[in-house]
This record gives sequence, structure tokens and C-alpha cells, in this order.
Amino acid sequence: MTDEVPDLRAVEGDPLILRASGAWTAVHAEALESLFDRNAGLLERTRRFRIDVSAVSQLDTVGAWLIEKMTRFTGADQAAAVTNLAAPMAGLMQEMHGLNRSRPAAVSSGHRVVAWLEMLGRTVWASRIDVIEFLDILGAFSAALWRLLRHPRSFRLTSTVYQLSLVGWQAVPIMALITFLIGAIIAQQGIFHFRRFGAESYVVDMVGILVLREIGVLIVAIMVAGRSGSAYTAEIGSMKMREEIDALKTMGLDPMEVLIVPRIIALVIALPILTFIGSLAALYGGGLVAWLYGGMSPAIFIARLHEAVSVTQFEVGIIKAPFMALVIGLVAAMEGLRVEGSAESLGRQTTSSVVKSIFLVIVLDGLFAVFFASIGM
Amino acid sequence: MTDGTDEVAIHVQDLVVGFGRHTVIDHLSLDVMSGEIMGLVGASGGGKSVLMRTIIGLLPKRSGTIAVAPAEGRPAAGRWGVLFQQGALFSSLNARQNIQVPLRESFSLSEQLLDEIATAKLEMVGLSREDGDKMPSELSGGMTKRVALARALALDPAILFLDEPTSGLDPIAAGEFDTLINILQRTLGLTVLMATHDLSSLATICDRVAALADGRIVALGPLPEVRASDHPWVKAYFHGARAEMIHAPHQP
Repeated sequence: MTDEVPDLRAVEGDPLILRASGAWTAVHAEALESLFDRNAGLLERTRRFRIDVSAVSQLDTVGAWLIEKMTRFTGADQAAAVTNLAAPMAGLMQEMHGLNRSRPAAVSSGHRVVAWLEMLGRTVWASRIDVIEFLDILGAFSAALWRLLRHPRSFRLTSTVYQLSLVGWQAVPIMALITFLIGAIIAQQGIFHFRRFGAESYVVDMVGILVLREIGVLIVAIMVAGRSGSAYTAEIGSMKMREEIDALKTMGLDPMEVLIVPRIIALVIALPILTFIGSLAALYGGGLVAWLYGGMSPAIFIARLHEAVSVTQFEVGIIKAPFMALVIGLVAAMEGLRVEGSAESLGRQTTSSVVKSIFLVIVLDGLFAVFFASIGM
Repeated sequence: MTDGTDEVAIHVQDLVVGFGRHTVIDHLSLDVMSGEIMGLVGASGGGKSVLMRTIIGLLPKRSGTIAVAPAEGRPAAGRWGVLFQQGALFSSLNARQNIQVPLRESFSLSEQLLDEIATAKLEMVGLSREDGDKMPSELSGGMTKRVALARALALDPAILFLDEPTSGLDPIAAGEFDTLINILQRTLGLTVLMATHDLSSLATICDRVAALADGRIVALGPLPEVRASDHPWVKAYFHGARAEMIHAPHQP
């Protein structure tokens, strides 16, 4: 089999004769396209021409399509425009003759800014669906809980304990490490800046109150949203994708009860525990930095901490944890159930799950801050 | 349907493939001639897909030689086209973009020509221009197979591997798909190696049939010859109750 470069040469005459040669195959697609582009103008002007393909050694669909495309410039007597066509290639040219006849649908070319505004409007308007679906899944979850309270035997204890181990026990090391570092950084920054006013000792108040009230629970909740919320969405989403959720339904099992309730309950139990561990780790980190960097002995740090914080600070932090867990779990389940057929959709919903749950955790934290301030806690 | 040349397109000799202690392909030899459609039959899990994947290079071989007709100067995707059992369409691209992937990777062509080639391929496999805008998740089983076939043919390869092309299709769609493969094979002069369980595909479009049992080819030749084989598995396969139901009306 020869594999020479294709060529197309015009030979003078009327009608104009073009001699095609070489291998008109996909391998030479680039060369073929430039041959076509060079000759298209000429062919469109003359309209009366013949393409002699006797020297074409190989022909495949790409080459055949380009020859067909050229012959379409002739108009009426298209079939006669290709001469000296060998038998095996004739079938292919015949096949090409009927292809690509339909016109591409016209694409509406609206104004750029208008299109952008339209997209913005649609996105904002579509976000109401998020609210409705969130309320929907909250309702379904509450109804499932109510059913469980009346029939406690249908509660999936094994599944819940397994999930608890995944999202609680196995998350302890990373949560402790990160909150430890955050506590240490807050203490270091506090000492560095408070030193100018000679107020280093107030670093203990800052670390204690900040960690117990806000930072501890917030950091842990954000970490859990990224670590466990995304896993929930991916698990439920891939089950939805492979029709496992439908299979459950046909067996008379409620996916909410089998899959979602154990996961959310595990999260609601795990998050306060992780918050407690995280807060301790942050205080430990703060104390260590105060000792090594600020020269405050651990005994003094503990004594000052005792004066600065009360149980109230701790309560304010820990009360928020189960609510944040509930929001993370609900958003993860909602996004998981939205997954459609493709792997791309799974990725999109997982991203959306993490972004939305972190956003909602921060909004919730703000609402709690207003609430606690107004009741004087 | 053979084009008369006696060139060997795929040459497999003494091939051994296995996983762990389990040997799937055991000293298998097979020659596929250029321009023929060869059907490959075998028990489920008997190594049809393993053989095909080893020839394509997706699985490592333990020993033996595999030689596929040289196609110098062709990009990898142009040597052969593969139709996977589930289609294996890229789910984030629409049908047209799926067909254009091998073209875009190998050449820099204008968008217009890419679109024309993709539409031509879609129409060759019996779909319309509009179907090109659909995402793989919106395609039915038969359409997925057609788009996958169009993608396998994107660079006009000389050899086409089909892994159970008609599985999961209803008899009408399967018949249409067989006809389609037959027409494309004749117009493009393809060599086709097809793993299948579909007895009617074997009967209608395959020039030769290779029966794979116990890791070797136990019968090879045109379908009537293979049906006449004495090998117990081949007998059970072609003369079982289901096979007889299909062939009974023709054979008094």
C-alpha cells in the first residue's frame, strides 16, 4: 500500500480538469483541507469542472467527503463531475453523495450583555428550587424520624454505627491536627500584636472565647462538610446513577430511611464530639504557643483561662454543632439525589454540595450569633 | 465478502494470557485475513473479551506473538477502531464531540470540516445531524452503539474490533446494526473482528467464525463448518435448545 502525499492540480481546458493524486485519507487530513481551501475559490467561480481521480491511490471517508464537497460547487450535473472513478471507490463516493445535506439549525445570536444578564437572571431564579428542595428533604427527613420514633425497630443501627465510625472516629486525627494549628496561630498573632500594648495576658481570653464560641465549631463544621458531606453526595449520587436507589424503592425500602437517616444521625452525633475534641486541641495549641513564644507558663495559662471563660462560652459553641451537622447532611443528601446519568453530573453535584453546605454553615453561625446576643449568652 | 487479497491483518501465535494462577488464553493461534468479518464465539467469561483486549494492547500477554497489519505513519487511533460493549462514550462530551475526539487529537482541522466529518459519520451510521447535539446520557442503547461505532470509524481505521455489538439491542435494532456493519465493511473495506453471542449476526454477516473454548480456538471456518465440529462445547453451543429454535425452520 502506497502512502504518498495527496495533490490536486488544475489542467487547462474547458471544462476545467483537476487531476487528483496520492492518498486521499484521514492521515493526510490537514494537507487535504489546505488543498480544498486553495481550490475552493476557483471552483466556485468556474462551476464547470471535472475531477480526474485516476491517480488517487487510496480513498477514505475524509478524502471522499472533500471530493464530494468540491463537486457540490458544480450544481446540476454533480454525478458527472468525478471521472475515472475505480470500482471500489465508487461505492464510497455514492455513500458520500447523500450525506451532510441538512442545514445546521440557526443559532440565535443575541446581544452578549443581554445574554449574560439573562443567564444571571435564570441562575438567581433557579436558586428558589434549592430552597424548595431543601425544605422538601427536611420535611422528608422529619417524617422519617417520626416513623422511626413510632417503630424504633426499623432503625438501622449497624449502618449508623458504621457511618459514625467513618465520619467521627476516623476524622479525629485530622480534626485535632487542624484545630491545634488554628489555636496556635491565633495565640501567636495575639501575642505578637497585644505585646505592643503590654496586654499579652489577654491573649488567653481571646483564644478561649474565640475558640470555644466560634472558631472551634466553625472549622470543624467546614472540615466535615468537605470531608464527609462530599463523601455522602458522591455515595448517594453514584447509587442514584446506577439505579440502586430505584432498586431499593422497588423492594419497598425507603431510601430516606435506609441511606439518608443513618448518615445524618451519624453526622449529628459526630459533629459535637469532633467540636469538643477540636476545641480542646485548639486550646492546647494556644497554650503551647503562649508558653514557648509568649513565655507564659502553662499553670498561669490555665488559671487565666479559668477566669476568662465560663461554661456559657462552651455551650454557645457546642449547641450550634448538631444544627450545622443537620444542614451539612441534608444538603449532601439533596445534592446526591440530584445526580443524573453522567459522571460529570456527579462531580458537579459534589462540588455544589460542599460549596452550599459551607455557605449555609456560615450563615447559620451568623444567625446563632444574633440569637445568642439577643438572649444575653 | 473478502476482497480477494490473502493478506493477514491480525496474526496471533501461541498467545498465553492469565491473571494470577488462572490462565485464560492458553497457547492460542489465530489469523484474521484482511477484509473479512470474523466472528468470535465463546462462553461468557471464556476469554473472548480478554483475547480482544490483549490484541488491542489493553491487557499484557504472558507469552506469544501478536502482529497487527502495519499501518505506518498513522496515529494510534487510526490503526484500529474499537467498539466497547457499553459504548464507552465520554460522558462529558456530546455525540458529535465524541466523534471528533480522535480527529482533534491527531490533526488541526477547521471547525467547519470537523463538523462536516462528524455529521457525515453520524449519517453513515444512520443518525441525524440533530442527534449529534445529544449527550451520551440522553441516547438510547442502540443510538449509543451507533455513536460509538461512528467514533471508532472516525479516522477510517483498516481494522475494527467489536465487543458484543448487538448485546442489549432488540432483534430489529440488532439486525439493523448487523446490516450497518456489513455495508460499512464493504464500502470502507474494513477487517472486522467481532466477539458476539448473537447467532443471527454470525449467520448473516460473518465470513468466518472462530469458536473459543478452554483458552484455545477449537473450531474455525465458515459457520456451517464450525456447526459441524465435533467439539463438545461447540456442539452444545450450536445445537442447544436456543440455537435449534433459530435454525430449526431451515433444517428439516
